[in-house]
Amino acid sequence: MVTEPQVGNKTGNIRAVNVSKEFANSDGGKTLALKELNTEIKPGEFVCLIGPSGCGKSTFLRLVAGLSAPTEGELLLDDKPVNGPGYERGLVFQDPTLFPWLTIYDNVAYGLKIRHIYKEHREEVEEFIRLVGLEGFEKSYPHQLSGGMAQRASLARALVNHPKVLLLDEPLGALDAFTRMNMQDEILRIWKERGTTMIMVTHDVDEAIYLSDRVFIMTPRPAKVEKIIKVDIGRNETYGRQRNSVDFLNYRSMILQILDFTGKVQTPEFYL
Amino acid sequence: MSEEFQGKKKSKIAFNYRTLIPSAGLLIALLTEVLIPNHKDTKYSDLTNLRTVLITALSISVLLCLLSIFIKRLRKRYSYQGWFIGGSGIFIAVINIVTAKTHMLPQLYFPSLSRVFNVYIEDRSFLLTCVISSFTLLIEGLIIGTIIGVITGIVVGWSKGWSYWIYPIIRILGPIPSSTWIPLALIIFSAPKGAAIFLIAFGVWFQITILTSSGIQATKKSYFEVSSTLGASSLQNLFYIAIPDALPSIFLGFFNATCSSFVALMAAEMMGVKSGLGWYINWQKEMIAYPNVYAGLIIIAGFCYLFITLQFKVRDKLLKWQKGVIKW
Repeated sequence: MVTEPQVGNKTGNIRAVNVSKEFANSDGGKTLALKELNTEIKPGEFVCLIGPSGCGKSTFLRLVAGLSAPTEGELLLDDKPVNGPGYERGLVFQDPTLFPWLTIYDNVAYGLKIRHIYKEHREEVEEFIRLVGLEGFEKSYPHQLSGGMAQRASLARALVNHPKVLLLDEPLGALDAFTRMNMQDEILRIWKERGTTMIMVTHDVDEAIYLSDRVFIMTPRPAKVEKIIKVDIGRNETYGRQRNSVDFLNYRSMILQILDFTGKVQTPEFYL
Repeated sequence: MSEEFQGKKKSKIAFNYRTLIPSAGLLIALLTEVLIPNHKDTKYSDLTNLRTVLITALSISVLLCLLSIFIKRLRKRYSYQGWFIGGSGIFIAVINIVTAKTHMLPQLYFPSLSRVFNVYIEDRSFLLTCVISSFTLLIEGLIIGTIIGVITGIVVGWSKGWSYWIYPIIRILGPIPSSTWIPLALIIFSAPKGAAIFLIAFGVWFQITILTSSGIQATKKSYFEVSSTLGASSLQNLFYIAIPDALPSIFLGFFNATCSSFVALMAAEMMGVKSGLGWYINWQKEMIAYPNVYAGLIIIAGFCYLFITLQFKVRDKLLKWQKGVIKW
């Protein structure tokens, strides 16, 4: 079932209609975390949200996950309003958040067990553990795994539920550069095989260009989507992109320009 | 680590000098007993119980020393414990000297060790009924207190509404020492046994409730969030996330509760229950039969030690996942 390509399936469409989210501050005021967002993410699309902190990326992800409700507007999954969390929208945090009292096997099997479909889908647990390259670690406990391995286990745990949409909140943020690049390829491979809609929050411009079909550039105060960039670079057979191609670098400088990070020359204090 | 590594390379037969220390210590204790004559005023000077105990212990220690030449695991453990067992032998020798041998401590309150051991022979059937009586009281109190404590703890830790009503009551009632409830317990429960169980269960209930509820409240929010996005209902979050996460805390509560339940047991046995170790010790003290008091104390100490050790074993088994996360 895992290996069966599902690219081109028609589910996993996310639509945001006029979505705003306000948070109450401790001093009684309100912070607008997201302002009148209107967008559509197509089934099987890979979208990255990028922007400085406070621009509402994670807020948007949590709204899609159903972990918080929009103050105004509506979020639709396949034209049905999102109403609380559900297994069809998987979530992976920056912190692997594996349950420390369960073995890796039981962590991955968790979603199937609580949905009472473990018996029928038992073999998929093994398959997904293999897919993320953790065979042989089934009986280990989370604290025995390295950061990268733990993150792959948490990816497998989300994938075993066959979510229509996979929400990734800086999943690679805590990893070193090399593990990170390997994991990017792994995520792409899984995406290619499963055809799941991917929405990923990242701080890394290169990561966003390398992975996504479209990059949503978000800006804070007021938190909104500043620009959506369609990444039009061909993918290689592993589905990644050539990181040092001219196109790649052009996209990079374009995004940095929009984010206003191209070259703020700050005069060091000792020159003044 | 390197020692272990070398041990694997070498043949299995090896000798560690530390495995001789227990025998040496016990031998010193035995020699003190045999070679130094008792003080002329020592009562029951002809009792040889201490000798019997020491000879038995010495034989076992020699046997273990020989066995540990061949069994690697035993060698490792026995040599580690060597100094402690040897030291205990010296301790017995010192006790023997200050009591039976020299009467440096008054004989009335500090009888010879042989007399203490003699109690186990003369009073054995009676002591056995006391042990059984205390044990059933303790177990019943612990089980009832634990069950009610875990349930209250979960309810208070999980639900804000229940917490609003129950938590202040716990805060008010909990810190009151068990023994202060004796008058009330005797009115409510007609049988003193029921009152005794209530006293023990009450102390256990408080400890376990507090640590269960705080364990559940301390569960990371992100665990619930991940669990929810994997399809868990609120009730599943409670049983599969909150309770397993709180388990170390619940165990800590149980550990504290066991310790306080021994105190409660002693208090409970002093009110009308005509058997049990606490009652035995108190009764013998009033009769100024100090050998019996010490005999009772030693049983209680052994009893507590076994109980706590057993609990640690169960915990290590159940909370295997915690190793490496938290140092116990």
